[in-house]
Amino acid sequence: MNQKRKPLSQNATLIGVLASLLSILIGLVLGFVLLVVLNPGAALEGMTQMLTKGVSNLSSFSQVLYQAAPLMMCGLSVGFAYKTGLFNIGAPGQYTMGVFFALLFAIQFQMPWFVCLLAAMVGGAAWGVFPGLFKALFNVNEVITSIMFNWIGMYLVNLLIANMPVMLASAWGASNSDRTAALSSANPGAIIPKCGLDKLFGDSPWINISILITVLLAIVVWVVLQKTTFGYELKACGLNRDASQYAGINAKRNVVLSMVIAGGLAGAGGGIYYLAGTVQYVIEKAILGMGFDGIAVALLANSHPIGAIFSSLFVSYLQVGGSAMQPNYSPETTDIVIAVIIYLAAFALLMRGVITKALSRRKEKEASGK
Amino acid sequence: MIVLANIISLTVIFAVPLLLVALGGMFSEHSGVINIALEGMMIIGALFACFTLQAFDQSGFGPAHPQLAVFLAILVAGACGMIFSLFLAFAAINLKADQTIGGTALNQFAPAFAVVLTWAIQGQGLTTIRIPTWVRITRETLGLAPAEGQSFFDTLFFKYFYLTTPLAIILLIASYIVLYKTRFGLRLRACGEHPQAADSVGINVYRMRYAGVLISGFLGGIGGLAYTVAAGSGFNSDVGGYGFLALAVMIFGNWKPLPILGSAVFFALFKVIAAYNSTLTFLPDFKGVQDISNLYQMLPYIVTMIVLVFTSKKSKAPKAEGIPYDKGSR
Repeated sequence: MNQKRKPLSQNATLIGVLASLLSILIGLVLGFVLLVVLNPGAALEGMTQMLTKGVSNLSSFSQVLYQAAPLMMCGLSVGFAYKTGLFNIGAPGQYTMGVFFALLFAIQFQMPWFVCLLAAMVGGAAWGVFPGLFKALFNVNEVITSIMFNWIGMYLVNLLIANMPVMLASAWGASNSDRTAALSSANPGAIIPKCGLDKLFGDSPWINISILITVLLAIVVWVVLQKTTFGYELKACGLNRDASQYAGINAKRNVVLSMVIAGGLAGAGGGIYYLAGTVQYVIEKAILGMGFDGIAVALLANSHPIGAIFSSLFVSYLQVGGSAMQPNYSPETTDIVIAVIIYLAAFALLMRGVITKALSRRKEKEASGK
Repeated sequence: MIVLANIISLTVIFAVPLLLVALGGMFSEHSGVINIALEGMMIIGALFACFTLQAFDQSGFGPAHPQLAVFLAILVAGACGMIFSLFLAFAAINLKADQTIGGTALNQFAPAFAVVLTWAIQGQGLTTIRIPTWVRITRETLGLAPAEGQSFFDTLFFKYFYLTTPLAIILLIASYIVLYKTRFGLRLRACGEHPQAADSVGINVYRMRYAGVLISGFLGGIGGLAYTVAAGSGFNSDVGGYGFLALAVMIFGNWKPLPILGSAVFFALFKVIAAYNSTLTFLPDFKGVQDISNLYQMLPYIVTMIVLVFTSKKSKAPKAEGIPYDKGSR
C-alpha cells in the first residue's frame, strides 16, 4: 500500500462528494415517498420519467445541456462568494440584471452575441457591487442586502423594459407587449452560435456552444481560486477575516471584489440563457428561480468550481425529467427534491461527520481483521 | 372621500399580513435564529388554511358558522406554519446548520409543495384554491342593518374586513406584552443577545430558540392566510414576496413591536399605491411612463436599504442572531 496516501477518512474531496451523493439519495427517496402518497398508481412511472428522461433521446439530452449552462453560472456565482465567506442569495437579482443587459445590447443596440454576453456579465457585476459595498462600508449583512436587491432588480428591469418600446416584441412584428422581442426576428446575430453542435444532436433547437463557454469559465474560476494570489487572499478572507486582515490582506476590498465577480458570473448565466434565442423575458411578478437553483448547484458541489459542472448537469437533468412527469404530477416535484437536497446540505458538516465516522470504522475493521 | 376610505382600508388589510409575519420574524431573531423562511411558512399556512376553508365550504359548516370556520382555519394556518418551522428549528438549533441555507431550502420547498399538492388534489393545472365568499365580515355578521349605498364609513370598515384584522391587533398587543413584560420574553431576548450568559444562569437556550422559531412559524402561517384573503383572488401557491417584505418591515421596525406596526402600515401603503396608482389623482403624474407601479413596488426595499445604512452603527439587531449556540464554546 502506498504509504503517502492519506487515509480515506481524511480525504476532504471524497467525503464532500459522498456527502453530496448521500443528500441526493435522500432527496430522491423522499421525492419518491411524496409521489407514492400523492398518487400511488403512477409513482413508479413518474420516478422513472424523472430519472431517465434526460438521457432518453438526443433532444432531451441537449435540453439538459441547455439548462445546465445558466445553472452552472449561478452555481459558480454562489460558490465563489461562499469561498470568501459570503452567502450570495442575490444571484437571482444579478441574473435578472444580466438578462436585461444582454437583451439591451442585443435588441436596442444590435450588437453581436459576445458583446451581449460581456454586457450581461457587467450588468450582473454591477448588481453584485451593492451587497459587497454595503457589507464592506456599513457592515450590513449581505443576505439582507441581496434579498432587497433581488426585488429592486426585478422591478427595475420590469420598469425599464416596459418603457423601451424597441425592446418589446410588439416592435418586431409580434402582438404582445409584455415580453421582449424574439432574438430571431430582432437580431439573429445576437444568438449564441451552434458551431455545428446541432448536427451532433440531431438538429435540436436547444443546443449551442454555451455549455462549452460555461465549462471554460468554471475552469477559469478554479484557476483563479486555486492558483493565484488573489484567489488565495479571497479564500483567506473566507476562512478568517480578522486573521487575513492581520496578515495584510485588504479584507474589505476583497469582499467587494468577490461579490462583483460572483455577480458577473450570475449575470453571464442570465445572458447565456436568454441569448440562446429560445426564450423571451416576460415582465415578471416573481423573482426568476434560476438563481435560487444556483444555490443548490453550489451546495451540492461543495462550492468547488469543477464540482459545479457536474452538479449543474445533475440539477438540470432532474428538471428536464421533472417536466416529463406531467400530467400525473406537476413539474414542481423536482423543486421539492432540490429543496430537500439544499436542506440536507445546510447541515453538511453533520453529513461529513457521519461519513468520516463510517470510513474510519471500516478502516479499523480492516486493521483488526489483519 | 370614498377613494380615501378605499386606500385606508386597503392599507390596513395589506398591513395585517406584514405586521403578523414581521412580528413572527422578530420573535425568531430575538431568540437568535435568523428566519428567512418566513415566505415559506406563509405559503404552508395559507395552503392548509385554504384547503380547510374549502372543506368547510363544501360540508356546509362554513356558510352556517362563517366566522367560527374562519377562526378554525386561522388556527390551522398557525399550526401548519409551526410544524413547518420545526424543520428550520431542528436544522438551526440541534444540527447547528447554516440558518440562511436552511431557510432558503424551506423557501424553495414551500411553493413547490403547494403546487404539487393542489395539482394532485384539484387536478392538472388547477392550482388556484378559491376563497369562499362567506369569509369576509359584513354588516350582517355583526347584526347591523345592511347599508344603503356607498358611504365613507361603510367602505372604511366593511369593504375589506376579515377576522384576521382584529386578531392581528390582539396578537400585536400580546407580542408586546410577551416580549417586554414577561419572564419568558426577557429570557428569549437574552438568548438572542448573549446565549452563553443566558445559559450560565440556567436558561435552556435550545428550548428558548425553539420557542422563538415556533412562534414565528405560528405568526407566519396566520400571516399567509391574512395575505391570501387580502389578495382576494384565491391561493396561487405564492404570497407575492410578502415574506421577504416582512423581513424588511422587521428591520425597518428595528426589531420592536410598535415600530414594526408603523413600518407595516408604511410598506402596505406603498403596495396599495403601486396597485392603484392610476386611480389616485394626488400622485405625481409620470406622463408617458409605462408600468409606473414597478417604481412604487421598488420603493419600500430602497427605503429599507437607506435606513440600514444610517442605522447599521446603532442597529438593534439581536447580537447573537445567526450564530448556532454550542454549549461547549463559552
